Amino acid sequence: MSAVQTTSPNPGDMRRHGPLAEVFYSLLRSRTFLVGFAIVLFWVACALFGEHFAPYDPLADDIINALAPPSSEHWFGTDQIGRDVFSRVIVGSRDILTVAPLATLLATVAGTALGLLTGYFRGLVDDVVSRILEAFMAIPVVIVALLAIVALGTSKTTVIVVIGLSFAPIIARTVRSAVLAERELDYVAAAQLRHESALHTMFVEILPNVIPPILVETTVRLGYAIFAVATLSFMGFGIQPPSPDWGLSISNNYGMIGGGFWWTVLFDALAIASLVIGVNLAADGVHGALND
Amino acid sequence: MVFLGGQVLPGNVGRAILGPFADQRAVDTLNHTLGVDRPLLTQYWSWISNFVQGDMGTSYIFRSPVAPFVIDALGNSMKLAAVAFVLVVPIGILGGVVAALNLNRPLDRIISLGGLSVTVLPEFVTGIILILIFGVWLRWLPISAAWPRDAGFFTQLYYLILPSLPLFLVLFGYIARMARSGMIEALDSDYTRTAVLKGLPWRTVIWRHVLRNALLPTITVIATQTGYLIGGLVVIETLFRYQGIGSLIFTAARGKDFPTLESGILTIGIVYAVATLVADFLYSVLNPRIRLGSDQ
Repeated sequence: MSAVQTTSPNPGDMRRHGPLAEVFYSLLRSRTFLVGFAIVLFWVACALFGEHFAPYDPLADDIINALAPPSSEHWFGTDQIGRDVFSRVIVGSRDILTVAPLATLLATVAGTALGLLTGYFRGLVDDVVSRILEAFMAIPVVIVALLAIVALGTSKTTVIVVIGLSFAPIIARTVRSAVLAERELDYVAAAQLRHESALHTMFVEILPNVIPPILVETTVRLGYAIFAVATLSFMGFGIQPPSPDWGLSISNNYGMIGGGFWWTVLFDALAIASLVIGVNLAADGVHGALND
Repeated sequence: MVFLGGQVLPGNVGRAILGPFADQRAVDTLNHTLGVDRPLLTQYWSWISNFVQGDMGTSYIFRSPVAPFVIDALGNSMKLAAVAFVLVVPIGILGGVVAALNLNRPLDRIISLGGLSVTVLPEFVTGIILILIFGVWLRWLPISAAWPRDAGFFTQLYYLILPSLPLFLVLFGYIARMARSGMIEALDSDYTRTAVLKGLPWRTVIWRHVLRNALLPTITVIATQTGYLIGGLVVIETLFRYQGIGSLIFTAARGKDFPTLESGILTIGIVYAVATLVADFLYSVLNPRIRLGSDQ
């Protein structure tokens, strides 16, 4: 995800004094990151406090006013059983913003552990584990998810586990290549000479030094996790009714857009679009800040 | 790697069979008639050997052989994928090349940022927005991909434009980005400088020296996107009610129709493996250095 370089005017002056502060300041200077972060923050606020400022109960139906077009009363109109679309869009951010970050967290933890193991031990462990991971990566995520969810049944936990485990190999690959470079450095040799255990060397010595690539990969994966959760919900394999989730709402209402009821799907679609783009802009900013 | 992928696919399916049936005693009789209560290895062997002979088993839902469904659906999906590819490959490459030639100017920013933005959006989101714009508001294009019976080539094409656009958007960003970075690298290289200093016209330098080197990685990317495209097909075909392999798998998954599901997924695995092989082959044909490297 490095197509768009951040807008930092002259990356040459980024010297590494106080690495954390340096990263923080270059993030603040990156317009890409700030815009993306603001969008994400907006949706997180909606997920946390949405029900307090949503004008209606997102689950309350009102059959008489079903499929009403946008008006001053219902800003985004109402859906087929009269639920207020505006309130549903606001509260609809909650489930996807719970499931996608948890899936990303699982992927990061599992992927980091696997990447450290394969990168540190190399040899047979690396060969065997890496081949298995590559085999997993060859199958499209949607297909893996479809199979697993058919076998295990639909629930938020299944979605988190499926997406987490499908993304873990990708993070493992990134971590592994970073570890391969790190393990040749003197501090690793020093730790080995001190007879530190392999676990200590991996997690205490090497891990802190490979945090930047992990951070970049995690933010990028978060964007893909939102993509995947939204898609699975749209397919009926993700978040389940009666949640006002965006993907789920689109799948319930898109059958009627031929009849001109555009407001039942457009705002949910725009919500997903803005969240995904926001996360990706932020990820791009993080990438720029850590690589300049 | 592809071989392993192919080996793992049926393994997953075996587990998928066991999962939902494991604790249902009521369906034991049904299981027996379907033959799914035999040891897993036996089932797997008879299934895979039948598959190789073109017998994909009998659908649980339709109570008829799976093979005709899968073959029809694959044909339909390939039509859709072909339309998307024919549109995206030249336009994506062109976008990347134009962006690289205007590096850091506004045009480059628009192409890069626009490409990045549409690439990260889920297909059903772009699909819905495109349906609303072109199908509902402008009424230029049909909102369903199901064309009338006996439709000719151009009518089918007309019905396929809208469904192929979301796939186009997702792939455009990837292809344009690869073409752009390939171009930038090639423009920056010593051989380009030599060609310019030799006094060759700029147009010749671009066509003969830069493009040939810049587009190699792009070809690999296009091939690796096949797997991605297949995932996208599942969504797009559901959204547009199109009878392709993606919607076949989707229906089978919802109805727990395992023979259809397995055959559909194995077929996709084979298509993916073939696409990857073709890409490797193309790459080595176009890049003489690869062949040199393998001799040493």
